[in-house]
Amino acid sequence: MFNVSTPMLNVQPIDLYAQRISDEKQASVIDGSSAGTEKRYAVLGKDYKDPDSLRKLAGSIKDHTLHHLDHYLEKAEAALVKNGAHVHFADTDDDARNTILEILRSHGVTRLTKSKSMAAEEIHLNPFLIKNGIECLESDLGEFIIQLDNDEPSHIVKPIIHLNRRDIAKTFLREGVSQTYNDDPRTITNQARVHLRKKYFEAEAGITGANFVSAESGRLVLVTNEGNARFGMAPTPVHIALVGIEKIVPTDRDFGVFLNLLGRSATGQQLTVYTQFINGPKSSNQPDGPEHMHVVFMNNGRTDVLESNCREILRCIRCGACQNVCPVYRQASGHAYRSNYGGPVGAVLSPLLFGDRFPEFADLPKASSLCGACNEVCPVDIPIPDLLLRLRDKAKREKVPSAGAIPMSPFGVLATSPSLWRTAMTMSKAMNHLPIEVAPIKPLQDWLGQRTLPDWHGGDFRKWLRGRKEKS
Amino acid sequence: MSRDSVFSKLRSTTSALKVRAPYPEYDSAVVHSAPRLEGSDLWEIFSRNFKAVSGRAMTTVDELLEFLLKDGSKHGYCDPSLFDAIGSKLVAAGLKVETEFDRERYDDYQFGITRGSGAIAESGTLIIDDFRTSRRLAALSPWIHVGCILRSEVVRTIPNAIATFGDCPNIIWVTGPSKTADVEGILIEGVHGPGEQIALLI
Repeated sequence: MFNVSTPMLNVQPIDLYAQRISDEKQASVIDGSSAGTEKRYAVLGKDYKDPDSLRKLAGSIKDHTLHHLDHYLEKAEAALVKNGAHVHFADTDDDARNTILEILRSHGVTRLTKSKSMAAEEIHLNPFLIKNGIECLESDLGEFIIQLDNDEPSHIVKPIIHLNRRDIAKTFLREGVSQTYNDDPRTITNQARVHLRKKYFEAEAGITGANFVSAESGRLVLVTNEGNARFGMAPTPVHIALVGIEKIVPTDRDFGVFLNLLGRSATGQQLTVYTQFINGPKSSNQPDGPEHMHVVFMNNGRTDVLESNCREILRCIRCGACQNVCPVYRQASGHAYRSNYGGPVGAVLSPLLFGDRFPEFADLPKASSLCGACNEVCPVDIPIPDLLLRLRDKAKREKVPSAGAIPMSPFGVLATSPSLWRTAMTMSKAMNHLPIEVAPIKPLQDWLGQRTLPDWHGGDFRKWLRGRKEKS
Repeated sequence: MSRDSVFSKLRSTTSALKVRAPYPEYDSAVVHSAPRLEGSDLWEIFSRNFKAVSGRAMTTVDELLEFLLKDGSKHGYCDPSLFDAIGSKLVAAGLKVETEFDRERYDDYQFGITRGSGAIAESGTLIIDDFRTSRRLAALSPWIHVGCILRSEVVRTIPNAIATFGDCPNIIWVTGPSKTADVEGILIEGVHGPGEQIALLI
C-alpha cells in the first residue's frame, strides 16, 4: 500500500492515493476528523478565555527544553536510575529494535502486549519481534484491529478512522475473535475485551511508549482511555518503555500545561480516562506490577532534525489535531502519507526523520495550500506552514525530481529573448485553432481539458502601441 | 556505544544553536479551568465533574450496596484494611467478598474495592497509587472499581495534584470508566479497564 512509484511529470504519490481512495473510506475519515476538530474548539473555548496564550506557553517550554536537551535528558536518566529503572539509549532504529530484543531475551520473554506507541510504529518494532519469535500483541482496540488486518494506522490518535463497523465485524469473524458476524459497536468492544483479557494475564512483559518524561523526577506520563496500558503493567513482571528523546519536559509542574492541552486537542477531553505517572518498578509493598522497568530513549534522526532549520517540529506532542483540521488529510487520508506520521506533522517529520529517503517523501510538503489551520490548532504552536516552505526549498536546492511539475525552462528561454518572445506571441495565435491533445505536457493537457479559455490575442498590444506612436 | 553517540550529537547540536530559548516563567493558575471550578466545596465540585465523565461519586456504604445489588454484582474483592468499614457490610447483605485477589480466577470478581489516595475537583479525577492500592489488578480487572478516599484528600486543581506526587513510583489519575471511540467515533464505556468507576467517601 505504501509503494507508489511515479515517474517525473506524472501525478504526485499523495495525489494519486487521494484519487484512488474509496468514497466510503473518505467519508469515514472526513466524519472522524471534523468531529475531532469541533470538539477541540468547543472545549478549549469553554474552558479558557485565551487558549492561544496557553499554546504559545507550551511551545516555549518545549523550545527551551529542546535547546537544552542534552542537560535535561541526562537529568531524566539520573532520576530514573535512582528509582531503580534501567535506562538505555538507542541512536538508530536498529539500536532500538535490538536493545528491546535483548531486554526481552534477558528476561526470557516470549509473549507480550503492547500499548499504542508512535515511536514503536516508526521503527516497525512488531514485525521485528515477531520475526524473532516473540508474540507481540497490540492491546489498544484500534491498533489490535489494525494488527489483525495487517494494516497500518491512518491517524496518530484514531488509528482506524478509515474503517467502519462492518469492516471491523468482518475482521473479527475472519480472525476468530467472534464466532458470528456482529457489527454493533458495543458488541465489538466486548468481544475485544474478553479476547484481550486472557492475553494480558498470559503476557510476560508489557511495552508502552510515553507522552512526556519529566527531567526533574524521571516520571513517564502515559495517557490512555481504554486501560490497556495499565494492563501492560499490572499482571506482568517486565515493563519496557520506548521513548523519543524529544518527549522530555523540564519539571513535573510543566505536566499541568501539557496535560491540559493534550486531551482537549486530541479528543475534546480535559484529561483522558487514565493518566499514569511512572518513574520506577512497582513499589515494594505492591504485589502486582513490574519488578523490572526499562526505558529506551531513542534518537533515530531527532538530532538531525534539531540541527536543521525545522527543529520546531520536535515540539510535537502527537495529539493529531493538525490531522483532524487539514483539508488535504481529510481528502487523502493518513495512508496517503506513506509513513506512520501523516497529515501536516507527517508532511514535515517524515522527510526529515527518514533523512536518507528525503526524495521519497519530498511530495508531502508540497501537498498543502498553506492555509495555516494546522498551526492554529497546534497545542505547541508549531509554525507548520513555515516548515513546509523550508522543506520545499530544501527539495529545490537538492534538485529532487518533482512529480507533476511543469518544466519552466522553456518559458525561461522565451522570457529572456525579446525577439523570440515577439515571434512566440504572434505564432501562438495558431493555438486558437489547434486541439488540446497537442499540448506537449500531460499536466498542461489535463489543466486545459477542464477549462474553456478565451482566444489568444498575443501581440495585439504591441501592434496597437506601435500604431499610436506613429500617429503622434 | 549508543549513549555516547546520542549525547555527543546532542551536545554538538545544542551548543551550536545561535539562540537557546530561556525557560518561560509562568503562574500555574493559567492552566486552571475556571468554569469547572465553580463552587466552594471540593467534594461537591469533584462529584459534579466526576459525574460529567460518567463516574459515580458516593458518600455512604449503603449507596454502594444499593448500586451493587441493583447491578446484580454479587462477588468481589475488598482491600483487607477496608473490610471492617465496607466489606463486612456487603457480606451481611449476602454478597461474597474476598480479601485476596486470585489472578487465576480474574473473571470471578465483579467488583474491586481499594483505597484511593485522593481526588482532583477540577477534572473529576480519582487518584490511586502503588502505596495505597492493595492490588493493582483488583483496581483494574473487575467491571466495577470502587476507590475509597477521605474528604480531606480531595485537592482543587491539576497543579495541586501534581504537587502531591512525593516519591511514589506509580500514580494513576482515573477520570471516569474506561472508554473508546475507535469504532466510528462512537463512545463506548467499559473497554479493558472498569466499565463502572466509583469514588466512595470514607
